[in-house]
Amino acid sequence: MGENITFFVLMLDAMLRVSTPLILASFAGMFAERSGIVDIGLEGKMLGAAFAAASVALVTDSAWLGLLAGISVSVGLAMIHAFACVTHNGNQVVSGMALNILVAGLGPVLALAWFNQGSQTPMIADIARFKPIHLPFADKLRDVPVVGEVYSELISGHNIIVYLALGMVPLAAWFIYRTRFGLRLRAVGENPEAVDTAGISVTGMRYRAMIVCGILCGVAGTYLAIAMNTLFIRDMTAGMGYLALAALIFGKWKPLPTLLACFLFAFAQALEARLQGVDIPGIGIIPVQAIQALPYILTVLLLAGFVGKAIPPKASGVPYVKEK
Amino acid sequence: MSIGAPTEAPRWVTHALVPLINLALALIISGLLIFALGEDPFEAISILAYGAFGYPEAIGYTLYYTTNFIFTGLAVAIAFHCFLFNIGGEGQAYLGGLGAGVVGLAIGHWPSPIVLILGILAAAAFGGAWAFIPAWLQAKRGSHIVITTIMFNFIAAALMTYLMVEIFIEPGQQSAESRDFEAGAIMPFVHDILAQIGIDAGHSFLNLSFVLALICCVLFWFFVWRTRWGYEIRSVGQNESAAVYGGIMPSRAIILAMCISGGLAGLVGVNEILGVHHRLLLEFTAGYGFVGIAVALMGRNHPFGIFLAALLFGALYQGGQELAFDMPNINRDMVVVIQGLVILFSGALENMFRPRIEALFMRRARSAPAAAE
Repeated sequence: MGENITFFVLMLDAMLRVSTPLILASFAGMFAERSGIVDIGLEGKMLGAAFAAASVALVTDSAWLGLLAGISVSVGLAMIHAFACVTHNGNQVVSGMALNILVAGLGPVLALAWFNQGSQTPMIADIARFKPIHLPFADKLRDVPVVGEVYSELISGHNIIVYLALGMVPLAAWFIYRTRFGLRLRAVGENPEAVDTAGISVTGMRYRAMIVCGILCGVAGTYLAIAMNTLFIRDMTAGMGYLALAALIFGKWKPLPTLLACFLFAFAQALEARLQGVDIPGIGIIPVQAIQALPYILTVLLLAGFVGKAIPPKASGVPYVKEK
Repeated sequence: MSIGAPTEAPRWVTHALVPLINLALALIISGLLIFALGEDPFEAISILAYGAFGYPEAIGYTLYYTTNFIFTGLAVAIAFHCFLFNIGGEGQAYLGGLGAGVVGLAIGHWPSPIVLILGILAAAAFGGAWAFIPAWLQAKRGSHIVITTIMFNFIAAALMTYLMVEIFIEPGQQSAESRDFEAGAIMPFVHDILAQIGIDAGHSFLNLSFVLALICCVLFWFFVWRTRWGYEIRSVGQNESAAVYGGIMPSRAIILAMCISGGLAGLVGVNEILGVHHRLLLEFTAGYGFVGIAVALMGRNHPFGIFLAALLFGALYQGGQELAFDMPNINRDMVVVIQGLVILFSGALENMFRPRIEALFMRRARSAPAAAE
């Protein structure tokens, strides 16, 4: 019994670590899509932020300056996306793809030029990283059954970004549903004509949404490089931006379901590491690849309307051309 | 504006000048980047050109890359003609390779022409089938094809890893590769053919799949502009509701366009599996599916343009290796940067310059007849 609980707590612990960038990125996507901009460039923004954060942290020995750099680069990329899609009514998918590819190349090119260690950065010293925070009494309570275990293993011992990401979720929900900004954001993604008629700038709203999107992706990328790992490596996001997109769709563009989708996908990843080659009674060995593909299959099924129905914001992906 | 004045800019402006300006912008920014990295951009260009076209082997490798890019470029383009964005080229190429590989493993001892033709058909069928599901979901259930094709790339990767690790792996081998094909399943190398008529072309990966790619270009043109199906696909792509009034079923056009798209992407598997590796293995698609987007955008969805754009990217890929070898501060990823910039300028930012440039020429065209009167 106690062993099972320990196993479960460790699984949840791993889930929390994996889900942090996923949550940040999918909420970034939520702000973009709720404003009517499809953003498949989450991946590129995270990767760009990861490289910037790693580089700046290496040079300055400061994790916070790394975070600032990560956010700046990510917001910069988001602004290019907005410039192409909002100002010039460009194709949003093409633009996102372009930025993903651009960053995928630029990271290794700059890494080689600046650090001369192939396509990655050198290892980042601990003082320039976000380290686990041990909450008060975590060590003392470790031996208390269940509660102590949950507190010291699951709740305590994460770095600041994990807590920031979890704290961001209710804040984002409040922003989207309870503030004037949120109302306008949702309106501009559903019916931009109406927003325009009310005298609010559609362009301005979408640019603002992309700034939020950039900030969140920047934090996510920073987490990957200088909190979860200790360096930048080529393609280190490894499809996480697309997984975040899947989580956003699976969560039907709503905060709480999206959070749960991120947890589900992250739990699947944590499980995958544990289930490798394990023979489950009555089921047999589940191929790792089946668990890897699960989030994508679930998302396709949902999009197809076989399990629930995912309805995107009505104006997402459609450039708004003001009548003249 | 007088009646009868051209409402469109001259064709050469839209189809040649604008793409060239966009390409030039991408190259100028890349040049600035190379300069910022402490290397000479002009020297970089000459190394690139020499690495791509300077000697027979280089030309062979350039054309080998071109082959892949023609397939994926045409794949993206046929979907674009139906106003669909197929990002799934990568997964479809992967499955296409599986189809070719299964044929190669199963009947590699048969006479070569039969095996190769069946291999080509299997590659196209597997790639097409992998595109059929997202197409059907788009046509019948309204699932957004961009998202589903992205998801299908990941599903394809997981599926292929499973198949390679569990089924096709050669027993006793460490890496997940199948056994080598028998002689019948090997697409002849061009340098072998040239050697038979006394021409020494060195050794490169270029194989007869290149000819297949050229044939596909011609067939593509004929299909899109000279057949009823091509007409239906273009009608749906340009105005779906008008197409419905014209008696065209959009769902049929969507599924047809996507299946052809997937089939074309699947032919990358022929070039890679039957042409180069001669066995099944992992990750042979190497991002070619994504390059297809840049190729189709630059080639403006026309096979001739796609051929030129594929040649350009083939040269960049091959020359980029030489560049990475000769310039210590630059690695192969520089080519990926250029690729991203090309997509950015000729795709995402196409509305930045095109309307202005076209307007310039329309005004000139309009004022010319007026002056003649």
